Amino acid sequence: MSVHEVPTWFSDLGTELTLLFQKLPGSSIFLRYIKASYQDDPVRSAVELFLVLFALRYLLASSYSTQKKNNLALTDKEIDELVDEWVPEPLVAPPTVFEEQENDKRPVISGATGPKCKLANGRTVTNLASYNYYNFLSSETLKEKAIQTLRTYGVGPCGPPGFYGTQDVHIKTEADIASHLGTPACIIYAQAFSTISSVIPTFSKRGDIIVADKAVNYSIRKGLQISRSTVRWYEHNDMADLERVLTQVVKEQARKPLTRRFLVTEALFEDIGDIIDLPKIVELKERYKFRLILDETWSYGVLGRTGRGITERQNVDVGSVDMLIGSLAGPLCTAGGFCAAGAVAVEHQRINSPSYTYSAALPAMMATTASETITLLQTNPEVMNQCRENIKSMWAQLDPRSEWMYCTSFIENPMMLLQFKPEVLSARKWNVQEQEAVLQEIVDECLVNGVLVTRRKGMPRSVSAKDFGFECMPSLKICITGGLSKKEIEKAGIIIRHAITKITRSKKS
Amino acid sequence: MPRRFSIPFTSSTPPALNDKPSANRPASSRGNRVLSYFVTPKKQETQSAAAALQAASEKPQSFSSSISPAALPLPTISLSTARADSANMDEPPTTLFQPPSPAEIRRLQKQHAQFGPLVSPSHRHVSRHMGGESIDPVEDTPPYFWVVTTYISYLILLAVGHICDALARRFDKKNFSQLMVHNGYAPLTDSSEAFYTRRLKMRLNDCFNRPTTGVPGRFITLLDRTSDDGNYTFQYTGTKTETLNVSSYNYLGFAQSEGPCADHVEEVVRKNGITVASSRSMGGQTELHIEVEDQVAKFVGKQSATVFSMGFATNSGVFPALVGKGCLLISDELNHASIRMGSRWSGATIKMFKHNDMKDLEKLLRENISQGQPRTHRPWKKILVVVEGLFSMEGTMCNLPGLVDLKNRYKFNLFVDEAHSIGAIGPRGRGVCDYFGIDPAEVDILMGTLTKSFGANGGYIAADKNIIDALRLTHASFIYGESPSPLLLSQIHASLRLINGELMPGQGEERLQRLAFNSRYLRLGLKRLGYIVYGHDDSPIIPIMLYNPAKMPAFSREMLKRKISVVVVGYPATPLISSRARLCISAAHNKDDLDRILAACDEVGNAMQIKFSSGIAGGAPPLPAGVTPEMERKWKEKGQGWFGDKLDVQPPRWKLEDVIKHGVQDTKITLR
Repeated sequence: MSVHEVPTWFSDLGTELTLLFQKLPGSSIFLRYIKASYQDDPVRSAVELFLVLFALRYLLASSYSTQKKNNLALTDKEIDELVDEWVPEPLVAPPTVFEEQENDKRPVISGATGPKCKLANGRTVTNLASYNYYNFLSSETLKEKAIQTLRTYGVGPCGPPGFYGTQDVHIKTEADIASHLGTPACIIYAQAFSTISSVIPTFSKRGDIIVADKAVNYSIRKGLQISRSTVRWYEHNDMADLERVLTQVVKEQARKPLTRRFLVTEALFEDIGDIIDLPKIVELKERYKFRLILDETWSYGVLGRTGRGITERQNVDVGSVDMLIGSLAGPLCTAGGFCAAGAVAVEHQRINSPSYTYSAALPAMMATTASETITLLQTNPEVMNQCRENIKSMWAQLDPRSEWMYCTSFIENPMMLLQFKPEVLSARKWNVQEQEAVLQEIVDECLVNGVLVTRRKGMPRSVSAKDFGFECMPSLKICITGGLSKKEIEKAGIIIRHAITKITRSKKS
Repeated sequence: MPRRFSIPFTSSTPPALNDKPSANRPASSRGNRVLSYFVTPKKQETQSAAAALQAASEKPQSFSSSISPAALPLPTISLSTARADSANMDEPPTTLFQPPSPAEIRRLQKQHAQFGPLVSPSHRHVSRHMGGESIDPVEDTPPYFWVVTTYISYLILLAVGHICDALARRFDKKNFSQLMVHNGYAPLTDSSEAFYTRRLKMRLNDCFNRPTTGVPGRFITLLDRTSDDGNYTFQYTGTKTETLNVSSYNYLGFAQSEGPCADHVEEVVRKNGITVASSRSMGGQTELHIEVEDQVAKFVGKQSATVFSMGFATNSGVFPALVGKGCLLISDELNHASIRMGSRWSGATIKMFKHNDMKDLEKLLRENISQGQPRTHRPWKKILVVVEGLFSMEGTMCNLPGLVDLKNRYKFNLFVDEAHSIGAIGPRGRGVCDYFGIDPAEVDILMGTLTKSFGANGGYIAADKNIIDALRLTHASFIYGESPSPLLLSQIHASLRLINGELMPGQGEERLQRLAFNSRYLRLGLKRLGYIVYGHDDSPIIPIMLYNPAKMPAFSREMLKRKISVVVVGYPATPLISSRARLCISAAHNKDDLDRILAACDEVGNAMQIKFSSGIAGGAPPLPAGVTPEMERKWKEKGQGWFGDKLDVQPPRWKLEDVIKHGVQDTKITLR
């Protein structure tokens, strides 16, 4: 190619490129637009050019983290030194003497649990520590039923409910509970404790509002924590305070977009044993448009003529409770928990509730036994009579006869929780740990005299300290069973009362 | 048709791999009689049962070559007892053996529906890491076409869903009102939150929550159901379908309603009742708990262990007890929901590293140890690295040797969740430590479930005694949750004794080796057919990649038509594009079942165009005569093909006959 050919070559290239450009669809419009805009408004063209360049730069820029980091720049050698220097704390702290004792002293039952059970050391004791209220544990029919199920279904369902773990027996148990309670639908979980801590975050998300009683149990608190919702507390069982909190929430949120609002409480409190005023709560929640999540773990199968729980006991329409959580592991003597609610809420849990979706289903043997005990409660409510009589007998022995402790539980609650009287505490100046130590001695003393009771155990403060300011006083836990006669209960009551007196008296502050 | 023999589990034990078949076979047991009845060839008078076994074990080749897809009875379930009847006809009437009574046939049929008889003693393999550098399996990718169409599919689904929503908002107010503010209440699930569930998952809802009945063993019985309102509600037709079960986590086949485990459970239930009706810490502890905990501790090789009534709660309660504010929890990005929930409860700072990526983990560790806590730069109190032994959606195992190396260097605590790996892998079934030949003392905390391999329910944590003692005071499930019931404990007790060989020696070993063989055989077969399969060769979880969302319900329904129940998983449980079907293999399956799955997958795969693999992840054609795997490896290192030519990877698309023909012997060597 000689020198004089170069301009021709360039002009040819120019023509070809122009032709190519003109072949592009929309190119003439583009050209016209640029020409027109340049003539009309050169500033706009400049801005547009700038925008195009900025977009190009943005697209070509490397990605970076939006999180601010105040990392120090360190060389590899320095990092190596720091790694060598770093000494982690041991995974668990060394146990205290009290903790060591608790692990050593935990009673070991040999053979079957029942109203009377044999301990590993060979002694037979009266068992007032199990939730065996109606003595279903000793029922041969239930065992037969379980074994029948074993011979058809095996033991484990070997999978989560979503993946072939839903068995016909689960569907039946769900229907049984729903028809017992009178709710449209029900869903069963594999463990009672994990039920409500999973139900709450399924519905309540960040930005939603939960109003809860200060004394709710650990499982609810964990559910509230993981939901990331805004949680407002009201004083334990204080309806005036509840109303105050509700009004405040409604006022604060008036100008914001409407989010879900829940009211969470227990029917019978796990840590105190007392009962709520459900009609009042329902009235408030309907007035302020909250949804009620009611934990009936300790009242289902306990309150009401046929054990339907607090709704039956206080004549409240179950439809006004939006989500009713209960346990099959307590008085019903099987395992698992449930949430009874409307059909939409139940179906939503089947794919969104973590401890349902990601956990294996309840063993079929448990499901059929639960169906059986629910039918028993419905058709034969007399099974609860002996237990109710025994509760009265025990009350007669302890409260108000004991001068040291009083019972915080509702009068019909078979789980009797006894706390030290305020005057005793103010005289002795015991802190929580000291009270627990005294209670443990009372428990040991009872066991020496042949009665197995327990103190109410909870998460140690080191683990749950951050939760919030409310703390239940330590208490002695006595679970009444219908498997014992009035005489036996009275005898056990006397032993407990004497143990309380003996130990408390010996501890002069 | 080939002859089969059956080994009833209750009465005889199969021979160990290297033993002579006759060595440990009692001659007079009933099982033996049944056994010889099934295997006896025509000249049975002159042949001993042992010789028949020998003959049968030499047969697999001719046996498998005779199988064609057409010959595999897909729509019906092949029970060996059903074959036994036909085999019976050509036998001379002078048989020494009484034909089984109808009751006996029914009994065997039920037994085999829960646990399949072993077809040949050669169908066993020891699950053990083969050594060598590469621990992470090669991950294949689909052609771009399928990636693009997957995204387009989702776009279409989203668009259609939103159009449906817009129409429903306008015209179906009655049903839509619950997704809107109504009556002063915010919706329980608003339209955007539940969009995915309503408009995408609802389309394939019939593939989830399929109700079952009976034992989830080798076969699982589904209750048939139909829907006339787009899967919102289902009506039961009243009929049942027995399907081959590749969906339950029944790795060792302990889902059985009879046999030593069930017998033991019955005995314990009669003696100890159904539950203990208390939490562990408040009067719910029995001798049985202590005994099973000791047994679990010994089994996993730790000082001490404790058991809980629910596997999910085991994890969700353990992290608050171990770490808290000022501690760092480093978690694999694909860890299970229970780990995520527990770690959020703990209050520790949570960081994630790329799945199984040791380099990423090391980078994270170096950065965090050197920088300390954010803003204050104080050193972390503790660092806990949490991984799963076997990941349930990927089928991959954690890189335990790599983790232990890092642990020795960076002094963190290691938590391995063996939910799927315990019982399922390792020569003695003791999980990833056993598989990689690593001392369990190297791992601080071994967690596992008792739901899967042991056929019970619940979970355990095994560690040093001081850690377990602390957990007994601080684990929520121990304090508040119900105590594990005697029936679960007895199932765990019996199944552990079986695995250990204390009960019916040989049976536990057989279950472990059958599981390993089955996993490898099916994985190799699927790779050769051309599927993209994730995970380690020895993992009993086999995810088949489907990519396009519409292929999930299609695959599931097609397999159901062929009476195989599979699990399909898509977004959000997996990344958006990698929808998959998951097969969970069990020791209860035998080679016939696996061939049935292969044949079904071959048909369905051709029809649905899901044979995507490029060949880099395995399934290569057999080596030419005279070439050993070592030679091939050397060539590969040099980047050469077999005879010095250029290395090219062929997409494997084997014929089904060839897959079955070469399957058994190729399963025993390193898979390629």
